[in-house]
Amino acid sequence: MSRAAPKKGENFELRSDLNSEYRDRRKDAIKRVIANMTVGKDVSGLFPDVLKNMQTDDLEQKKLVYLYLMNYAKTQPELVILAVNTFVKDADDANPLVRALAIRTMGMLRAEKIIDYLSDPLQKCLRDENPYVRKTACLCVAKLYDLKPELAIDNGFIGQLQEMVSDSNPMVVANAVTALTDIHATAVLNATESTPAPMQASFIITPQILGKLLVALNECSEWGRVALLNCLARYKAADEKESEHICERVLPQFQHANGSVVLAAVKVIMVHMRALHREDLIKQIIKKMAPPLVTLVSSAPETQWVALRNINLLLQKRPDILQNEMRVFFCKYNDPPYVKVEKLDIMIRLAQEKNVDTLLSELKEYASEVDVDFVRKATKAIGQCAIKIETSAGRCVQVLLELINTRVSYVVQEAVVVMKDIFRKYPHSYEGVIPTLCANLDELDEPEAKASLIWIIGEYAEKIDNASELLGVFVDSFLEEAYQVQLQTLTAVVKLYMKKPDSAQGVVSKVLETATKDCDSPDVRDRAYIYWRLLSTDPNAAKAVILASRPPITLAQTTVPSAILEELLGEIGSLASVYHKPADTFVGRGRVGAEAVHRKMEGQDEEATREKALQTLVAGQQAENLLDFDETLATEGEATGLAATTAAIVSSNAGQKVLTSTNPLDDLASIFGSAGLSVPTQAPGASSPMALSPAPIFPSTPIGAPRSNGPAVPSKPEEDLLGLF
Amino acid sequence: MASLVAILDLKGKPLIQRTYRDDVSPSQIEKFLPLALELEEEGQQITPCFSSGGVNYMHIRHSNLYLLALSKRNSNAAEIIIFLHRLVSVLIEYFKELEEESIRDNFVIIYELLDEMMDFGYPQTTESKILQEYITQESHKLEVQASVPITVTNAVSWRSEGIRYRKNEVFLDVIESVNMLVNANGNVIRSEILGAVKMKCYLSGMPELRLGLNDKVMFETTGRTSRGKSIEMEDVKFHQCVRLSRFESDRTISFIPPDGEFELMTYRLSTPVKPLIWVEAAVESYRGSRVEYMVKVKAQFKRRSQANNVEIYVPVPEDADTPKFRASTGGVQYAPEKSAFVWKIKQLGGGREFLMRAHFGLPSVKNADDVDRRPPIQVKFEIPYFTVSGIQVRYLKIVEKSGYQALPWVRYITQSGDEYALRTLQEKDAASIEPI
Repeated sequence: MSRAAPKKGENFELRSDLNSEYRDRRKDAIKRVIANMTVGKDVSGLFPDVLKNMQTDDLEQKKLVYLYLMNYAKTQPELVILAVNTFVKDADDANPLVRALAIRTMGMLRAEKIIDYLSDPLQKCLRDENPYVRKTACLCVAKLYDLKPELAIDNGFIGQLQEMVSDSNPMVVANAVTALTDIHATAVLNATESTPAPMQASFIITPQILGKLLVALNECSEWGRVALLNCLARYKAADEKESEHICERVLPQFQHANGSVVLAAVKVIMVHMRALHREDLIKQIIKKMAPPLVTLVSSAPETQWVALRNINLLLQKRPDILQNEMRVFFCKYNDPPYVKVEKLDIMIRLAQEKNVDTLLSELKEYASEVDVDFVRKATKAIGQCAIKIETSAGRCVQVLLELINTRVSYVVQEAVVVMKDIFRKYPHSYEGVIPTLCANLDELDEPEAKASLIWIIGEYAEKIDNASELLGVFVDSFLEEAYQVQLQTLTAVVKLYMKKPDSAQGVVSKVLETATKDCDSPDVRDRAYIYWRLLSTDPNAAKAVILASRPPITLAQTTVPSAILEELLGEIGSLASVYHKPADTFVGRGRVGAEAVHRKMEGQDEEATREKALQTLVAGQQAENLLDFDETLATEGEATGLAATTAAIVSSNAGQKVLTSTNPLDDLASIFGSAGLSVPTQAPGASSPMALSPAPIFPSTPIGAPRSNGPAVPSKPEEDLLGLF
Repeated sequence: MASLVAILDLKGKPLIQRTYRDDVSPSQIEKFLPLALELEEEGQQITPCFSSGGVNYMHIRHSNLYLLALSKRNSNAAEIIIFLHRLVSVLIEYFKELEEESIRDNFVIIYELLDEMMDFGYPQTTESKILQEYITQESHKLEVQASVPITVTNAVSWRSEGIRYRKNEVFLDVIESVNMLVNANGNVIRSEILGAVKMKCYLSGMPELRLGLNDKVMFETTGRTSRGKSIEMEDVKFHQCVRLSRFESDRTISFIPPDGEFELMTYRLSTPVKPLIWVEAAVESYRGSRVEYMVKVKAQFKRRSQANNVEIYVPVPEDADTPKFRASTGGVQYAPEKSAFVWKIKQLGGGREFLMRAHFGLPSVKNADDVDRRPPIQVKFEIPYFTVSGIQVRYLKIVEKSGYQALPWVRYITQSGDEYALRTLQEKDAASIEPI
């Protein structure tokens, strides 16, 4: 990298100043070099000149030179060696600040050449009499492991760290624990099948260590506490008694002013509470958890958001934690949008019969604000309220009607979508609303709203006098509509025909013809063909398929499957818990790691599919469709959901000619046959929920396929569950 | 854990950055803002943490700056976000104001601080008082070479030994902030009291302090009967100097305080509070010509107290013009930048009630697409010598081995929190204004 030095320009000037005989001038030059580095100018060419200024009694200057070295050591590996002497000398300085600085910087240089000289000073610093130096040296071991694991293991540094967990100084304990945890994580990340993580690198928390951690917890700094609490969460308690003990010792941390300490404590409690059985104790712990969580909601917006995301998870596991605290989550006018959205979600989780009135008036208020996105979400929330709390549905519908009457376009559209959900939950109630909805037909321009209204018209065709007229409009503009709208138009027209064969004859043949001949979406075309054949071969079968009753929808209690929820609760405070995704889905692994993952994917097909399904699921959740089948199923109880499915198939085999199972997933299974596992990767996103009802492609063999697939399902419920949801 | 910490200007350009681990390249910093904007374009929220291409971006906003931390692992988001906030407060303590200019002027010291506050991506020391003992600015350079204050790693990491004062004194400020949300029908839908006990400690040596409050739970656990009122604090948070396990076992607040000014504890009460200052606004709007307001303020606290610096922000349409005001007390100003007018009353006695009227012109043409924003009325005030919750400092015991006598001073104040808001009715159902 070293180039011929230019004879003029800024670097030339700097070089001459760096070599000046005056101290002040040299120091000033170093500052200018650092200033250039800060603004992104390349000053690596001055490496040897800066290096000359390393040996100095001026601490500030030393720090600046060290900083320079950290930045450019990688580009000048052959020159770094010149710095070694000074580093080693500094690591022996009388001033502990200098010793620590030297050891901290050496670990950061990341140049092979210098690493070999690191061992001796590090050895010394780990045994330094000054705790400040020791705590710095602890982390240096982790840096070393990151760069050259064998060196850290062979020199016994890791063993030494383990001894330092018993250090007399709580800060040293905390950093030793931090370093060991970091090394453990690095080892796991870098492990491959051929080279598993080295034994020495794994940090297993023994009961002895547990005792030390619990003692240090009360004495160390806030950040140290976070590290210790993280370790406590990893500890596998021997029995219930030990879990109880840990919970009791950790509870006081709820009073800490630092929110990350509080969340780390919540994590420990959530993990160890799994082993507890004493109802009174659990109740007491839950009661103590609420106030600190509420307090977090009054912190800075970013912190608040992290807390809210975690509270959202906690509520999925224990809805009782904050049951009396809904008001805390009311949105402030000036809350940033990301906070408002999260609060909305939590409010719905906390909605109960006793507080639903307050909530509704609040939601109505939000729906009249100006932020479009927030208004839509607030409107959606009203629908969720209606679906969650049956007794409130009437009032929710009332509020929605009021919103529709405001005639604000996006409010109306969202309200229509929400009404469709309410009709699905409470069929044949609130039919009085339909005329108002139909009156707004012309104002709808979003596909989802259109599709929803069309579905409603199809569903209640017998009660809407001008249904064929209304649908006719969409049939006329069929090819210009979005596929989503086309699919709904198709189904709705066929439903209309079933219910009022006389008036819909013309429109049904028109739509079937357009859909099969001119439409370029295979989904639409295929569905049209199915209808056509069904109608022409067996009208009774067609009726059974098309007018089949759908399973009622419920509001999901969880947005993640329970196994993942447990995993995430063990990671409270981390990015995984904030994203609501397992770490595997977003952690960028090193090169080695990526290859390992790849191999794993190729080697174990099933694992890979599961993994993939998981990711899609996670992605799908962001869409937050109220009616996603995965959610619907999740609330039906996992194991029984599948069992019920199979049972339904068997019974239909015995009794009926046509598949009338209520569970649309069978239909999917029958379509995709043994490829059932890959289905969910497409299902939730691609199809609007109610579009699924009419499905069997081959009416002659409706039962064969699911049956052959059937037995396989219960035998490995674990994979299937994850695959399906 | 963070691999890199950077401070960016509003255009997403890094002003200063420090790498702690080399698994994330500094070039990723420049991708932050474009990625955030992309999210926004896709109609998603820009959340404080997001992940893209295996890199996790965690950030906070401070005035015109972004503070950004990057990581590749499943880092502790709470820890990093709070660390960034701490970094802001440390830098503010050092430079008074944190903005582009102060960063450019002080890059050397910021590097030093970043080096000391975080190591290998793990937060270390964020107490600015301690940092100031060994990282100093040009103006007050230490004569002797700095060494590590033992405090950094002490069990008592917040107080140095050998502090001397000729006169030993402690000042306690009990400050309660009231947050309140009143809906358009005049019902309080949410209220909370956020209390803080702030201390100014001028004490020699290593004093042991014990603070006694009229804490209901404490009275109950110790079986003592309280004279007078006791209060039930819903959540209490302490400065790290307070022994938490001691508080957990018998509710004793015992500690060795840091020197100088600090926040000893915060607490929260969500007991319903009657609005201390009540504001009502009647709005009469004549589309395309004018809008009129009548605002009534009432001090609903005891006569012997008095609210100071009362400010009432009443929102008006953005395009309102030619303001005219008439107030029975105080002064009124139009604040077009906030789309509001402010009624300022220097002193408002308990039980008093005042009226004011405002008149604005409206442009005759109005864009039909404009939706009326209806921000709530905001109120700011402070009431000295008074706490809403009724909290009382019963005693502050100070014991130091040299046996000096120290005087504790206590002051109480109640003020509006960051959200003391009253929602207004939608204009169309506003009551018509009667003449005063």
